[in-house]
Amino acid sequence: MTQVTTMDIEKIILNVANIIINELKLEDVTPETFNPDLDLVNSVGIDSMDLATIALVLRDEYGIRIDEDDYPKLTSIRLLSEYINKKLMDKN
Amino acid sequence: MITVESLLDTNWYERYIKISKLNIRSSIYDVTNRCNLRCKGCFFFSSGEDKAAPEEMDITQWETFIDQEKQRGVNLAILIGGEPTLCLDRVEAFYKRLSTFCATNGFIKLPRDRFPDLMVGISLWGDEDDEKRLRGKDCFSISSKQYAGDPCAYYLYTITPNQIGKTERIIQKIQDAGLKVHMQLLSNDEGVDGFNWTSETLKAIRSEMDDMLDNYPKTVISCKYYHEIITTGEMLGRRFSWMECPSVTDTFDTRSPKPKRLINFKRWASDLKTTHRCCTSETRDCSTCKDGAAHMSWVMVNKRAHIRTAQDLKNWIEVYEMFAKLYQFMPW
Repeated sequence: MTQVTTMDIEKIILNVANIIINELKLEDVTPETFNPDLDLVNSVGIDSMDLATIALVLRDEYGIRIDEDDYPKLTSIRLLSEYINKKLMDKN
Repeated sequence: MITVESLLDTNWYERYIKISKLNIRSSIYDVTNRCNLRCKGCFFFSSGEDKAAPEEMDITQWETFIDQEKQRGVNLAILIGGEPTLCLDRVEAFYKRLSTFCATNGFIKLPRDRFPDLMVGISLWGDEDDEKRLRGKDCFSISSKQYAGDPCAYYLYTITPNQIGKTERIIQKIQDAGLKVHMQLLSNDEGVDGFNWTSETLKAIRSEMDDMLDNYPKTVISCKYYHEIITTGEMLGRRFSWMECPSVTDTFDTRSPKPKRLINFKRWASDLKTTHRCCTSETRDCSTCKDGAAHMSWVMVNKRAHIRTAQDLKNWIEVYEMFAKLYQFMPW
């Protein structure tokens, strides 16, 4: 089984931030300056359609499926990244 | 980075948080192909949608279908027709399973012992003269008696260009009947003479709608941003059109690039198999469509675009709250 390291998570966080920036066409933030703990719905203003779109891109990127029932708990980039990491570990 | 909190004070932020928890997923259902009126300008009949598919007559088929819709994630059923109250068993099948809204001409009262809190939108097309001309009779005189004082009913007042300068009397009549009202604009699908909008009449009616909201805040369910969007057809410098409309049945949606849209939205015909292109008539020119719900939804699905200035975001919140009130996701 793959060992999760801090570096893995940090890499995923940057990639997820990059995907969100591209998908939402955010102009005033970079992957490096995007606070991974910011609440995506309450602060960034993401809606369920945005989440569905992002989930599709993440599926293609990482080969994992994000269940719609899990959306409510994936409220930040960090939580999304940890979720992806766990799915990747489960796959391996 | 612009965040929601950075644009709003505590009061507005709390309002935002409240609605951001609502995940409204609506679809529209033709309950029947029949109606007890034949109004000039009703898209359902003018575009032949009443003949698009034979009605499913077996109530158990309706019940199974609604359960499947629920499984599909729908949490708001918007019942239109024909006239839904001609088929109360079908209305009841929805009401027992889902948050349900029923559009009606108000001639048949939904029995409140059977449907205690079902939200009803009663259609009203202008004043007595317009109603006689477009619908054959003064429908308000009948529907207002049926629903007077009903806390779960409101008028869907379709304003025609002839109503400029006359809306206050109608709003007053509705208030006197103890009901609320939401204003929308006639799309004139059948091109009735004298009922087409011009830029001047749209400008005039926008100002009048604003005044009605200011003067009757407890009766009128609306907001000024909605008035702006519906009368100008513009939002944040974009024009409402086929390429922007959020209320397109998902299986018809081959648009590219894909606009922001209502998730899993479908409009079903009463055979429960056929779907229509969008929430209104396929024959309607999208560039002149005045459908109120489509314009509200257009704003609602474009939340991120409104996280630009405090005023833009407040406008978005007000439209969302208005929609939530009209469909019972929030109290009046």
